[in-house]
Amino acid sequence: MILFDHVHKRYPNGREALSDLSLEIRSGEIVFVTGHSGAGKSSLLKLIALIERPSRGQLIVNGQNVSGVSRSKIPAFRRQIGVVFQDHKLLSDRTIFDNVALPLIIAGVGTKEIGKRVRAALDQVGLLGREQSLPLELSTGEQQRVGIARAVVSKPPLLIADEPTGNLDPDLSIDVMNIFRRFNEVGVTVLVASHDLYLLEHFPVRRVRLEAGRIVDSAAAEPQEASLLDPATLLDREQGEPS
Amino acid sequence: MIAWLTRHAQTMVGSLGRLSQQKLATLLTMLVIGIALALPLCLHVLVTNAQRVTGDWNRALEISVFLKRPTSLDEARQIVERVRQRRDVEEVQFVSAEAALQVFRRDSGFGDAIDALSDNPLPHALIVRPSPKYATPADLESLASSLRELASVDVVQLDTAWVNRLDAILAAIGRAVVIATAVLAFGVIVIVGNTIRLDIQNRRAEIEVTKLVGGSDGFVRRPFLYSGIWYGVGGAVLAWIITAIVVAALREPINRIALLYGSNFQVIPMDLATSAKLLLTGAALGWLGSYLAASRHLRNIEPS
Ligand SMILES: Nc1ncnc2c1ncn2[C@@H]1O[C@H](COP(=O)(O)OP(=O)(O)O)[C@@H](O)[C@H]1O
Ligand SMILES: [Mg+2]
Repeated sequence: MILFDHVHKRYPNGREALSDLSLEIRSGEIVFVTGHSGAGKSSLLKLIALIERPSRGQLIVNGQNVSGVSRSKIPAFRRQIGVVFQDHKLLSDRTIFDNVALPLIIAGVGTKEIGKRVRAALDQVGLLGREQSLPLELSTGEQQRVGIARAVVSKPPLLIADEPTGNLDPDLSIDVMNIFRRFNEVGVTVLVASHDLYLLEHFPVRRVRLEAGRIVDSAAAEPQEASLLDPATLLDREQGEPS
Repeated sequence: MIAWLTRHAQTMVGSLGRLSQQKLATLLTMLVIGIALALPLCLHVLVTNAQRVTGDWNRALEISVFLKRPTSLDEARQIVERVRQRRDVEEVQFVSAEAALQVFRRDSGFGDAIDALSDNPLPHALIVRPSPKYATPADLESLASSLRELASVDVVQLDTAWVNRLDAILAAIGRAVVIATAVLAFGVIVIVGNTIRLDIQNRRAEIEVTKLVGGSDGFVRRPFLYSGIWYGVGGAVLAWIITAIVVAALREPINRIALLYGSNFQVIPMDLATSAKLLLTGAALGWLGSYLAASRHLRNIEPS
């Protein structure tokens, strides 16, 4: 699904955010990118969404080498990737419905179909019935879930999230992560950047740890248990057996 | 196709809704556009009316043809028949030398003196009224010169000099209207472009998000194009109202002047075709201004 091959990213100011990075993420995987602030997590995700381009090396996303994607092809490229941001980037003057519908409107989906799919996406994040609210009428956690609904509404095969729980308290963080897990279970490839240690402890999935733009550790996924999806069980487990 | 139309209709209504949220700013922009469009429009209406009047005057022109002396009455009547047959002649009135003398004797008060003359000093005359279809200065001139070439014709009088002069002045004003229109159209494009540029800056976040979730340049540009079209259409409507007021205000005094000159000339306001053209011009200029601004400024906004 995603293949980094000796990728470097150097910003115009000379800062090298990623150095000689090689990484493969297979279709259907769920992966955490971890590391301290400034390690290069956001840069890695920006390369995948073609917000930035690699300075050197090859990057293949969903079978496409990004160096072959011209400026005019970027919109179509981005439509196959759902992106979630720490600050959710919702449009504050539009209803929740309109925010979530945006990718479908762009893709030219019919009005009736839009209604169905927006409600389905809101249902998946537990916000059905809030369609007509404005983003600021929702709590931070709810706004983040709207951001996720928008990212998945057009059913992209790849979902990337940059610090999606950065502004949330632990319970809400686990809610959000569980939503990602459910999408992963139905086949969506998920890549989450986070430095939230608490969260990392509770989701035994594959981790890629960055330090100063290099991969220092790429641990495979631990065996998964269905019970882990329930936050209550998770908290119990934490008290019982420290991981 | 239906989805596509719905989408456009939604964008169109959506951008109108956005404009109506800032009523004062929108109205002021439209007013500036309206004034810029109204200026050439008022001139156009006035010139059109003036041209109509000179057309009437051309139509009212008569050509006086005096025959050589002596020409027999039969010969004169033949000439009248030949002239009457011409396509560019509506009507020929024949005034024989005798008839002219009688009128002169009766009206001049020189009756006795004229009786003393042994010979009629007056020539036969033809008063030729050109056909309205051939009432342009050039046609009149060519009619007059072919009359001049007829045998037995002595003098042909055609007084078009002042009508020609007026036509030349109107042509110059017409040219000025074209130039003013071009300059002000450019002004409208700049006004709309600048308004759209500010609008784009204010909606930077929204544009970035739209591009992030896969909106193409065309998709992001569309609402701004509709805003531009609305500005243009609104400006055109205001220009129409301004012009209608100006024409209404001028109608009374102009009609009074016309009456003093014995003309029953009436100022006519804009017709439907002119109004439709005005609306289309406004929409086109608005579209062009927003297209230029959007193409230029939207490229630079990329998510980061
Ligand atoms: N647009 C940019 N221009 C210059 N330097 C940047 C830019 N974005 C990130 N950096 C630098 O690249 C490094 C990695 O940043 P980032 O990818 O945001 O890391 P993280 O998300 O892990 O905190 C940092 O040192 C940061 O200052
Ligand atoms: Mg970051």
